[in-house]
Amino acid sequence: MIEPGLYHILFISAALFFIGIYGFLTRRNLITMLMSIELILNSVNLNFIAFNKYVWPDKMDGLFFTLFIIAIAAAEAAVAIAIIINLYRSHQSIDVENAEDLKY
Amino acid sequence: MITGSTILFYLLAALTLGCGILSVATRHIFRAAIYLLFSLIGIAGLYFWLQYEFIAAVQIVVYVGGIVVLIIFSIFLTQQAGEKLPKQKSDRKIFAALAIFCGFALTMLQVYQHEFNGAETTKAPTVADIGKKMLSVDNGGYALPFEIISMLLLAAMVGCIVIALRSKPETK
Repeated sequence: MIEPGLYHILFISAALFFIGIYGFLTRRNLITMLMSIELILNSVNLNFIAFNKYVWPDKMDGLFFTLFIIAIAAAEAAVAIAIIINLYRSHQSIDVENAEDLKY
Repeated sequence: MITGSTILFYLLAALTLGCGILSVATRHIFRAAIYLLFSLIGIAGLYFWLQYEFIAAVQIVVYVGGIVVLIIFSIFLTQQAGEKLPKQKSDRKIFAALAIFCGFALTMLQVYQHEFNGAETTKAPTVADIGKKMLSVDNGGYALPFEIISMLLLAAMVGCIVIALRSKPETK
C-alpha cells in the first residue's frame, strides 16, 4: 500500500461528489435528494481541508471556508425540511413529480 | 511499509465511500439515512486523521447530531413505516451511472496530471489560532463573515418557523 497523501484524499472527495450526483439524478424523493446534497457538500469540505493541509499549511483559509460551509449547510437543511413538511401537508406526498405546482 | 496510520486511512476511506454508495442505492429511506450517518462519521474520522480535530468535532456536532437527526425526524413525519421507495426506471439509472463515471474519470485525469507543490509542515492550527483569526478585524481576519453567518442563521431560523407554521383556518 502507498502512503496516503493529497491525491488519495482528492480521489475520495471526487468519488463522494459523484456518488452524490448519482443520487441526485436517480432519486425522486425530496428527502433522499437532500441527503445527496449533503454528500456533495461534505466532499467539498474534504477538498478544502485537504488543500489547506497539504498545499498551504501555514494559512487557515480552507479551514474557515469549511466552517462557514457547515453553518450554511445546517441552515439550508433546516429550511429545506420545513418546505418539505409544508409540501407534504398540502400534497400528501414528497415526490418531485407531484410537486409541479409550487403555489397552490 | 505499512503503518497503522495508513491502514486507518484506508479503513476510513472504505467506510465513507461504501456507506455513501449504499446511501444512494438502497430503497429503504430510513436505511439510507443511517448509511448517510455512517458516511458522515467516516468523513469526521478523516478530519481526525488529518489532525484537524476542531473541524472533526464540528462535523460530528452539526452533521451527525443535527442534520441527520433532522432528516430522520422528517422521514418519520412524511413516510409510511417500512414502505419501500418505488423502483426507478433502469435507463435513468444507466444514464446517470454513465454520466458520473465519465465525469469522475475526467476529473481524476485532470487531478493526476496536475503537480501540486506543497510546503511540508506538520503544524496543525490549534483552537486558539482559529478563535483569534475568526474574531480578528485585521487584514485577513474573519470577523465580517462570522457576523454575516450569524445573521444568516437568524434569518433561516425565522424563515423555518414562518414556513412550517400551520396556517390558521379563517373563521372570522
